[in-house]
Amino acid sequence: VTPEELVERLGSRFGDVSLAYGEVTAITSREKLVDNLEALKEDPDLRFDFLSDVSGTDWPDDDLRFWVAYHLYSLEGKHRLRLKVGVSESDAHIPTITGLFPGADFLEREVYDMLGVEFDGHPDMRRILLPEDWEGHPHRKDEELGGVKTQYKGGAFIPPVDQRLQK
Amino acid sequence: VTTEMRPEVTQETMIINMGPQHPATHGVLRLVLELDGETVVDVKPIIGYLHTGIEKNCEYRSWMQAIAYVTRADYLSPLFNELAYCLGVERLLGIEAPPRAQSLRVMLTELNRIASHLVYVATTGMELGAVSVMLYGFRERERILEIFEMITGLRMNHAFIRIGGLAMDLPDGVDEKIREFLEVMPKRLDEYEKLLSRNPIWVERNLGVGYLAPERAVELSTTGPVLRASGIAKDVRRDEPYCGFEQYDFDVVTRTDGDCYARYEVRMEEMRQSLRIVEQALDSLPGGPVMVEDPKVRWPAQLTVGPDGIGNSEEYVEKILGGSMEALIHHFKMVTEGVAVPAGEVYQVVESPRGELGLYVVSDGGYRPYRVHVRDPSFVNLQSFRDQVVGQMISDVIAIGAALDPVMGGVDR
Repeated sequence: VTPEELVERLGSRFGDVSLAYGEVTAITSREKLVDNLEALKEDPDLRFDFLSDVSGTDWPDDDLRFWVAYHLYSLEGKHRLRLKVGVSESDAHIPTITGLFPGADFLEREVYDMLGVEFDGHPDMRRILLPEDWEGHPHRKDEELGGVKTQYKGGAFIPPVDQRLQK
Repeated sequence: VTTEMRPEVTQETMIINMGPQHPATHGVLRLVLELDGETVVDVKPIIGYLHTGIEKNCEYRSWMQAIAYVTRADYLSPLFNELAYCLGVERLLGIEAPPRAQSLRVMLTELNRIASHLVYVATTGMELGAVSVMLYGFRERERILEIFEMITGLRMNHAFIRIGGLAMDLPDGVDEKIREFLEVMPKRLDEYEKLLSRNPIWVERNLGVGYLAPERAVELSTTGPVLRASGIAKDVRRDEPYCGFEQYDFDVVTRTDGDCYARYEVRMEEMRQSLRIVEQALDSLPGGPVMVEDPKVRWPAQLTVGPDGIGNSEEYVEKILGGSMEALIHHFKMVTEGVAVPAGEVYQVVESPRGELGLYVVSDGGYRPYRVHVRDPSFVNLQSFRDQVVGQMISDVIAIGAALDPVMGGVDR
C-alpha cells in the first residue's frame, strides 16, 4: 500500500488525513482511538499489527495542548501510519492502548513522565525515567532547561542555560 | 498483562534488589526480583539512572548542534543515532546527501554494528564465565574503534554524520586499514564460535533460556536480533531501505528458536553479513563530494583531523580571519544560527544493532528542533524482560539480560 493509497483508504474513517514528507498522518479523537486502532490492526488489507512508537509534543498556545503520536507499522505490507490524538491541559487523559499493543506500556509511561498526559486504564501508570517524587513534567515547553533544584539528595540549584552564560 | 503470568508460589517469597551498580546488568539497570527459592516469581526493571535529558537539550540547540546530543543516546551505536537524526532532518529540508556520503554512511554504520555486536558477545561471555571471549571481543572492537578514530577523530560520539552528508572525506590510508580488518575478522568470528558454540557451559546457559514466542515478540514491539531470533524477518534495511541499502547484497538473518542461543546465532551471523556490506560499500565507493553543495545548509568550515581531534583546517581559518569578510559573516551566521528547517514532522527509522531506531523529529519552522523523540530499541525491547524471566531460575536473569543487550544510554536518554 503506497502512502497515496493509504490516504484514500483512510479518508472515510478519519476526517483529517494528510500526506507530508512521504508519511501519512491521521488525526483521531481520543474517544475513538482504541476502536480505530483495533480496526486498523484487524483490517485484512492494512494490517497495522506493529506499534513502533508513542511520543508526545507540547503546543502550549493551542487549545489542544498535548499531541500524542502513535506510529504504526505493518509487518506484512511494510507501510506506516502516524495516528495523532490531541488533548487539552485541563483534561490531559487518553485511554491506554496496552490492551491492543502490550508494547505501549513503557512508551505511554514515558509520555506521562515527560508531558503529564495520563493514560487511563494503564496497568502501571507511574513515572519511568525520573524519580518517583519528581515534580513537574520536563518536556513541557514552560519547563526550563536546567533552572531547577536538582531533586536528588543534597542536590544543588542549576540555573537555566541563558542565565548560566551571563554569570 | 501483569497478574496472569505469576506462577504458583510454594513458600514465602523474597524480594531481592539487583543493581543499579552490578557487573552483570549491562550498565545502570536496576532489577527488583521476587524469588521463590531460586525461581523468579516477578521482576520489575527500574530505569532512568542514566537519564540525561538528551531530547530536551536538543530543543535548546541549533539543528546542527543537536547531532552532538543524539549521538550520545545509545553510546554503543552512536553513528546510527546520528544517521537517523540527519536522515530525518534532510527529509524535512528536502535534500539528499551525495552518493559518496550515502555509501560511506552505510560503511560506517555497518562497522559500528560489528563493534556493537562484539560488545554483546564479549560482555555476555564475561557474564557467563567465558572470559577469554571477553578479551577477544574487545580486542577486535578496538580495531574498529581505531578505524573510527582515523576517519572521525573520535572513538565514540563522533558527530561525524552531518545534515547533508558527512563532516569530511576519508583520510589517506584508511582503505587499507579497513581491508585488513575485513581480511582478519571472518577468521576471528570462526574462532569465537569455536570457543562458544559447542562449549557445554555456554550452550547450557543459553539454549532454551529466555524463550519469546513470535506473536508475543511482535505484541511487545521488540525489534532487532531479539525479534529476528523469534523468526520474524523484520529489518529496516531490507523493508524500508535508506542510504541505498537496496543495492547491497546481504541476508536478513533469522532463527526460529526464540531463545538466548538463537539471539547469539543471529548476532554472529549478522556480523558476517555486515562484513559483506562493508566490502561492497568499499568496492563500489563513488567519487565526488561528501556534503551537499548548498551553502545555506552545509557546515561552512573545512574540517581536518588534527592531533586533538577534528578541527578547522589552517587554510580555512586564514581565509575567514584574513581573507574574506563575507566568508566570516557567513561562517558566523551558520555557526550561531544555522539553518531554518521547514515546519513539519517525520519519523525516520534505521536498523540499529538493537533494532528499529526511530527518530520523531518535529519542526515549527525555526532554527532549533521543536521536538526530538528517540524511539530507542533497547528501551522498547526491555519490556520483554519480564516475560522471559518469570518462572526461570535466578541465574537465567543474567543470561537473558545479556542476550537482550540493552544499552542504558539509549534506554534512559
